[in-house]
Formats: sequence, C-alpha cells, structure tokens
Amino acid sequence: MHAAVIVFPGSNCDRDLAVAFEHAGAKVSMVWHKDADLPDGVDVVGIPGGFSFGDYLRCGAIAANSPITRSVINHVERGGYALGICNGFQVLTETGLLPGALRRNANLKFLCKSVDLRVEDCDTPYLKGYEPGQVISIPIAHHDGNYFVDDDKLKQLRDEGRIAFTYVDNPNGSVADIAGVVSRNRRVLGMMPHPERAAEPAHGGTDGKAMFDGLLREMALA
Amino acid sequence: MKAKVYVMLKQGVLDPQGEAVKHALGALGFDGVEGVRQGKVIELDLAPGTTEETVKEMCEKLLANTVIESYRIEI
Repeated sequence: MHAAVIVFPGSNCDRDLAVAFEHAGAKVSMVWHKDADLPDGVDVVGIPGGFSFGDYLRCGAIAANSPITRSVINHVERGGYALGICNGFQVLTETGLLPGALRRNANLKFLCKSVDLRVEDCDTPYLKGYEPGQVISIPIAHHDGNYFVDDDKLKQLRDEGRIAFTYVDNPNGSVADIAGVVSRNRRVLGMMPHPERAAEPAHGGTDGKAMFDGLLREMALA
Repeated sequence: MKAKVYVMLKQGVLDPQGEAVKHALGALGFDGVEGVRQGKVIELDLAPGTTEETVKEMCEKLLANTVIESYRIEI
C-alpha cells in the first residue's frame, strides 16, 4: 500500500499522519503542495491537520486551490482513497469532494482535548476496525470545527449512511453532532478529530490505530 | 479600477462571532442591539476592463464559500 501525505505551508500534523500510515504497514511519500502530480501508484492520500496558509480567507480555502489539489481531485474521481483530518477535512469540503462546511466553534474557543466519538453505522473501509455504536476517545484541536450542512443535505447523509462519527458530547456546535462524513463511494473520509494522535501507547491513547489498520487491511483485500 | 466584495454568512447560518459582539455591546450598556452579523470586505484592485462577471467567478471559486456564505459585489 502506498500512501501520500500532502504538505502545505502551515501543515503541522503531516509527520504524525505519515507515522500512523507507516505503522499500519504503508509506504509513505510526503508530497509538497506545489507538486503537480501525486507519485505513481498512490492508493490513499492523507490531507493532514494544521493551519495551511495561516487559515487566511477561510480554513482550507487556499489549500483547496493549490496545484497538488487538482491531482488529489483526479485521484478521488478515479476511485482513489483520501483521508482528511482536521484542516484536511476543511480542505476536502472546500474542494467540494465532501459536503458541508466547517464554521467557527459555537463557543468561539479553540478546543484542544480528548473527546468521545460514537462510531456510526456507516459502511466504509475506514471503520472496519470498529463496531457500529462503539465509543472511542480521540483528541480534537480546532477553532473551526463546527460542521454545517443544510437540512436537505443532512437528510441525504443520513439516508445514505454517510455519517462516520458523531460526538457523544458535542463540543463545537456541529449540526447533528457530526464529527466525520464519507463520500458517496465511501472512499473519502473527512473528520475533525485526530486519530493519528491516538495511535500508539505513548500518545496516551490508541483508539485511532484501528482506523489505519482497518483501512490498510480493507485496501489490501480490495 | 476597484471592486469591493462583501462576504457574509447566509441568513440561517449561526454566526457565533456576531453573537459574541452582540453580547459584548449589551454588556457595555447598548440595549438596542437586536442582532449582529459579522462578515468581511475584500477590496480588489483590478486592471481596466475586468468585468463584473470575472469578479463573480472569483467569488464563486475562492472568495466566498457558497455553502455557508453569500457575497455582494460593488464596482
């Protein structure tokens, strides 16, 4: 399995994400945002957390128009996998690859703590390491994680079973407690919490590890 | 040639910053504030002949996120 982790100016979880993919058994290439193309044979693209372009204009808006992003969109349109975490989720919504948008947290505070997430009944390779309904503890660290979709889109996400994670105790005002959603083909996941920060015992928690292990196992079978 | 783009959160989308400003004004003793919406103004310095249509395209592609924001162009 070959994973590419995109690096924007201001990305700061790129190394953590690369290590999480490596520990799950992937070969990892770091890809600078000015590169026009992904390396050959990339199976999954990771868009890391951080503050790409200083969050100028809107979180993720400038990164969504970086040269590499065109290649990421092509990769997804060809059926490739993509995982956007935190700022990466914001980038994916800005490109339109995932629905909705992330607004300023309802309490206006930057939130940095571990939260409980409920794994929803969502059929996607990213969740094969979990049981539906399972509650896991994963860190969040964001100022703009307040997920918004309108009522029609929310109904569609529910009907299509595309809500991957919800917050047990909604920290940021997200519509329907949503913490993560998948694309219609289930191969693109965007989430605000950081599973790569809970992937080995030294992190203080390992509940995120099953996502990477499960994903790589599924991709090997596919 | 100059253009101004006003970007606001759409009606119906909660504006936590506007709400905070409203509360702060209330705390200062301004009782008459019934609502506050906070947005941004983007000033563009454009080459002569740039059309409003082009500015609209800029808004759609980058300056506003039309999922949650509306925009108004002044040329």
